[in-house]
Amino acid sequence: MTIQTSLGRRGFLASTTAVAGGFSLGFHVPFLDDGAANAQAGVRELNAWVVIHPDDKVVVRIARSEMGQGTLTGLCQLVAEELECDWNKVTWEYPTPGQNVARNRVWRNFSTGGSRGIRESNQYVREGGAIAREMLIAAAATKLNVPAGELTAANSVITHKGSGKSVRFGEVAAAAAALEPPKEVKLKDPKDWKIAGKPIKRLDTVEKVTGQQIYGMDHTMPGMLVATVRACPVIGGKLKSFDAAKIEKMPGVKKVVAIDGNAVVVVADTYWNAHTALAALPTEWDVGELGKVQQDQIKATLKAGLDAPEAFVGNKAGDAKAAIDGAAKKVTATYSFPYQHHVTMEPMNATARYTADKCEVWCGTQNGEAALAAASEASGLPVAKCEVYKLMLGGGFGRRGRSDYVRQAVLVAKEMPGTPIKLIWSREEDMTHCQYHPITMAKLTAGLDKDGNLVGLHVRISGQSILASLLPQNLVNGMDPATFQGLMQTGVEAAYGYDVPNLLIDHAMRNPHITAGFWRGVNVNQNAVYMECFMDELAEAAGQDPLAYRLKYLKPKWAAVLKAACDKAGYGKPLPAGHFHGISQVMGYGSYVAGVAEVSVADNGQVKIHKITAATNPGHVVNPAQIDRQVAGSFVYGLSAMLYGEITVKDGAIEQTNFDTYNMLRMDEMPKVETVLVPTHDFWGGVGEPTIAVAAPAVLNAIAKARGKRVRDLPLMHHELKKGA
Amino acid sequence: MAVLNVNGKAMDHNAAPDTPLLWVLREQLGLTGTKYGCGIAQCGSCTVLIDGAPMRSCHVPVKGVAATAKITTIEGLAANGKLTKIQEAWVASDVPQCGYCQSGMIMAATALLAAKPNPTDADIDAAMTNICRCGTYQQVREAIHAAAKA
Ligand code: FES
Ligand code: FES
Repeated sequence: MTIQTSLGRRGFLASTTAVAGGFSLGFHVPFLDDGAANAQAGVRELNAWVVIHPDDKVVVRIARSEMGQGTLTGLCQLVAEELECDWNKVTWEYPTPGQNVARNRVWRNFSTGGSRGIRESNQYVREGGAIAREMLIAAAATKLNVPAGELTAANSVITHKGSGKSVRFGEVAAAAAALEPPKEVKLKDPKDWKIAGKPIKRLDTVEKVTGQQIYGMDHTMPGMLVATVRACPVIGGKLKSFDAAKIEKMPGVKKVVAIDGNAVVVVADTYWNAHTALAALPTEWDVGELGKVQQDQIKATLKAGLDAPEAFVGNKAGDAKAAIDGAAKKVTATYSFPYQHHVTMEPMNATARYTADKCEVWCGTQNGEAALAAASEASGLPVAKCEVYKLMLGGGFGRRGRSDYVRQAVLVAKEMPGTPIKLIWSREEDMTHCQYHPITMAKLTAGLDKDGNLVGLHVRISGQSILASLLPQNLVNGMDPATFQGLMQTGVEAAYGYDVPNLLIDHAMRNPHITAGFWRGVNVNQNAVYMECFMDELAEAAGQDPLAYRLKYLKPKWAAVLKAACDKAGYGKPLPAGHFHGISQVMGYGSYVAGVAEVSVADNGQVKIHKITAATNPGHVVNPAQIDRQVAGSFVYGLSAMLYGEITVKDGAIEQTNFDTYNMLRMDEMPKVETVLVPTHDFWGGVGEPTIAVAAPAVLNAIAKARGKRVRDLPLMHHELKKGA
Repeated sequence: MAVLNVNGKAMDHNAAPDTPLLWVLREQLGLTGTKYGCGIAQCGSCTVLIDGAPMRSCHVPVKGVAATAKITTIEGLAANGKLTKIQEAWVASDVPQCGYCQSGMIMAATALLAAKPNPTDADIDAAMTNICRCGTYQQVREAIHAAAKA
């Protein structure tokens, strides 16, 4: 069927050209396979988003991936709100990426990142719900023989006011499905929402507390074998040789194969046998000059970039250099933020089955269409002969937006046509073969007038570009605009909140050989640390309160959310002895966020983060309970990086291999998190990521107050905060 | 062929004696609710109960588990579809995000509440050392307190 209104305007498939060429029908799709049976049972697809069963069960199709962020529940709420169905009848399913291609991208974007799940698709999924409701009402009008305008839908029942007659959705779904969809629908005013906007429970909880949820790691098929991989420890290095004969007789081993010239894989009957054999496999690598790269060299390269004459300009006003030179007082500080690893709890894995005319993949992915493209490229089959079945993700955080593990699984499956191969990365493989949060440094220089007013500011960032690493085609004349997240001149995505008369924010791009990638919060993380810690330094230099100082320069929406956080936290009011407040704010992912951390530092240097109060203005609130959880969870992520997160390079390879060398925050360090929502209802912002970035600077600012000593290079674990140290 | 007592049932497997219990459960017995996170006893995703004690099954060679030792996995908690009060509390507090760590969390919490029916925050800090990368700790704490009161 064709849907008019804005659903009619299809986006373009952007994954790769392989996918763009693949618009043809004729392959296996789970719910299409059930088509005949479903039709007989009266199950009807009203449009791409909504399927209704005769017993009123509603199936909402979710194109984005659920990885813990709650997007599937939120999207269901939005569809159900417009559909006017009974929330208790709502279930969900994933359409497949292949089917999206076959149906002219009716579900549009599958990519799940950048906190875009809801803010980018709210309009068209709500329209999907509203269109389905109108079709149900039209069918009910015919059945009840009354004008459609006299009918109202609520709780999966359509009622005629005058006569009191009513029908259930399930009774008219089949008739409704045969109707032309309306050309225009009016969406509800969010202030009339009954399902959306409410703290409704997630739809995916019971499976997750009973062990029934199937993740990629748990997928199994008849005849399946299990593989595990070791790629060259130096990213960019090659496989030189391996001695398969040494392990071929080991228990369960079926095959030893090299893939992509840089990795070796053992296929066995079980993971444990594959793992044991791989550990015993003699392997030699060709790492060349890359094998000589050390962490100190990377740092030195970045450091040199702090004063380099050439840099990409990301934000500029007036003449910062002249203003700083002529200022009464000059303040300078240098900060640094190391490589980070995503560490999804579930290591990378994918199951693939290849035959000469079909390639199928079962996996958790943040980008189903990119996974489909990867399957096509790796198998050499056209997209129309490939399919990806999305499974639940044991965490994404940006890691599963890349399809390297899908490619590997397909390459192995291709070596054993017809046999399903589940490729599992060990935690060690996962830790050492990621696309890492980029390493950067920043030198901030400010000029203050005699009253402490900020007259000029230069922020020089030096370090790695994600786009140069992953998507060089998206660089703009060599510049990586994403580097300036949170510091951008304008825009609805991540704009800089301060009005500074003379400003220069620029980036000296320095790209080590380590692959850089999107990591929950991306570049907002370090940019917020740099800017928000430095604002505290400026307030201190001016002898003014950090909140009052910020409010002199912050634009209204940024200021409002910071004030909301401070009000809720009781900023400025007395705290228990030895406790200090630190504040920060940022705009990211379309939302405005701020945090107030309450921290104490014991005489022995032990930092205790008692509480963080976080305010968010996401424009519209779809599920306040889930926002609460995203905020608390994002703080665990951001604080783990601040306290412990550091990936380092030795002889060209990643040094950290598992949780014993890459620590993270646990229960005993968890601060109490209080969330304040201050929606202004005039835009749609993201939620999963923005607040990560305010945790670290707020805590660092509080520590600086507590200790009178400021930490400028992370992680905190390297710093002695003992009294007198 | 060796025997394990899992969730009240005797189950056969033919894994090599050095195989960690985790992989025997997952790959030989089809109990995939117990998760692999690190393999080095750091993260707790693989936590099961052995005779009531929480054990990180990635570090328990199967040869060390007696045929009579009672192993409980996440699949063995709910009886006839009825969730335990801890699982109920987890649902009521909407604890899981991605959910991958939650089997281990729930098993650790089950052992904690069996030993200390009314745990303090400090007890929870000490017993719940599992890693949750999604950061559900605040809800985990809330759910444990709620289950203690239920
Ligand atoms: S998998 Fe056993 S503790 Fe991590
Ligand atoms: S819920 Fe995702 S790791 Fe804990």
